[in-house]
Amino acid sequence: MLDALTLVTGVAALLLAAWCGWAAYRDQPTKDWHFIGMAVVTVLTLVQLVAGIVLLAQGEKPEQGTTIFVAYLLGAFACVPAAGFMSLAERSKWGSVTVAAGGVVLAVLEVRLYDIWGG
Amino acid sequence: MAVTEEKPTRTRLISGPGMLLVWLYGVMVVGAVSRSAYQIATEFDRAPLAYSLSAVAGLVYGFITYTLVRGGEKARRAALVCCAAELAGVVVVGTWTLVEPSAFPDATVWSDYGMGYLFIPVLLPLSAMYWLRKARAR
Repeated sequence: MLDALTLVTGVAALLLAAWCGWAAYRDQPTKDWHFIGMAVVTVLTLVQLVAGIVLLAQGEKPEQGTTIFVAYLLGAFACVPAAGFMSLAERSKWGSVTVAAGGVVLAVLEVRLYDIWGG
Repeated sequence: MAVTEEKPTRTRLISGPGMLLVWLYGVMVVGAVSRSAYQIATEFDRAPLAYSLSAVAGLVYGFITYTLVRGGEKARRAALVCCAAELAGVVVVGTWTLVEPSAFPDATVWSDYGMGYLFIPVLLPLSAMYWLRKARAR
């Protein structure tokens, strides 16, 4: 179940990156719709965080260690909101680029999470 | 692109592309510091050199992030020096890991020129130095 969630979150992160990359290409800052997109991705990472903790509580063990697993879950959760706040402070296309970079970073984190869980 | 709208007393280093740099450096700080902290705490004896180098890298990244956010001419120069040091670190450690892999039983942030981090460690100082030099011209 966690693997499916990881896949969905990773794909959503890449879509967000492409969307904000498109905005940057058109020389636009992030708009309300982009923030809704960021919220959706953030909710996915939050669900993932909760699901991961529940699985740990049920006694399942990540292949590469519990500490690293939780650290990556927290990092994935914080990633897009942090980039979102930075794009609020930078109302130019560079704010959009920052969120796009955030999406790519999250996608990389999801790949690592998949490995760490041992899927 | 709108680079400056207001002119505060300190040179702002985080406007425009600078914001992207702060974000990437922030990611590298979290990555390098948390990684080395975990490795030094749990398995330092396995690869002391690699883990110490990762910790140093994390400190350098942290300092550069701070100078970028703070802004100003002094900070700009300090950031330039650190970026040069960072670039030198990536090149030296990257070459070292390729020439003598036995010295590194485990990877550092700068192994193989930062390949494990999408080559961001080697691209970041180059773009940051370019940006910092341009920031003076404004």
